Amino acid sequence: MSLSSVFNIAGTGMSAQTTRLNTTASNIANAETVSSSIDQTYRARHPVFATVLADQAGGTSGSNSLFDDQANGGQGVQVSGIVEDQSNLEPRYEPNNPAANKDGYVYYPNVNVVEEMADMISASRSFQTNADIMNTAKTMMQKVLTLGQ
Amino acid sequence: MGISFDKALGIHEQALNFRAQRAEVLANNLANADTPNYKARDVDFSSVLAAQADKAQHGSFGLERTNSMHIDAQGLSDEDGTMQYRVPTQPSLDQNTVDAQIEQANYAKNSVDFQASFTLLNNKFRGLVTAIKGE
Repeated sequence: MSLSSVFNIAGTGMSAQTTRLNTTASNIANAETVSSSIDQTYRARHPVFATVLADQAGGTSGSNSLFDDQANGGQGVQVSGIVEDQSNLEPRYEPNNPAANKDGYVYYPNVNVVEEMADMISASRSFQTNADIMNTAKTMMQKVLTLGQ
Repeated sequence: MGISFDKALGIHEQALNFRAQRAEVLANNLANADTPNYKARDVDFSSVLAAQADKAQHGSFGLERTNSMHIDAQGLSDEDGTMQYRVPTQPSLDQNTVDAQIEQANYAKNSVDFQASFTLLNNKFRGLVTAIKGE
């Protein structure tokens, strides 16, 4: 019965959105984390989503031929990795800051809090959608169980 | 004369199966609503119906039964062949063609259609039970 795989698919969706919420929480929590060197400063993190394909059970990834095969139904979504934002950090002149370097500068992370909040709302809505999908599939399955009664 | 379940239930069993499969495809679209480069897909009901009607006429895969002991190859189907990509309504930066609202609406409609197919199938079963009991 393919209805049961709806649970798996919506489950992978919820799991992926949870990862996204986690990175958002981490980014916002560290938005004001200062450091005296570029290397040690926190950088915004973002998850990269990829489709789980039907024949991917063995874990072999075919990212180039993702949608060549129409018959490949797709089995949900996965987080293929978390990347750090490589855009420029923000140096600020704060000589009184204990973390300031010898020129008096501290480095702030490249976290855009407004972007993160928008991302958080998007992730939360997607999570809700997947939860609703699961609920509807549950109702459909329960209905089937009453067949012939 | 025995009761043939395949003939008694009509197309509703296949319709119920189709709705379940479509639920899977639409759930997959919604799970991938934020995946870059993902293309939304759907199953076309009319082409599946045409394939089923064709199969009912000519038999599955056109297999000939030359002996009365041969078993008819029913139930084997290739529904995935009718899967098609959705035409995007507006472009997106990450090449994703999932429109969450459209998919959600389709999923809700599919769920109602599933209940309709279920009710029709259930009525068929009730008819059979009434016929067997003879009350």
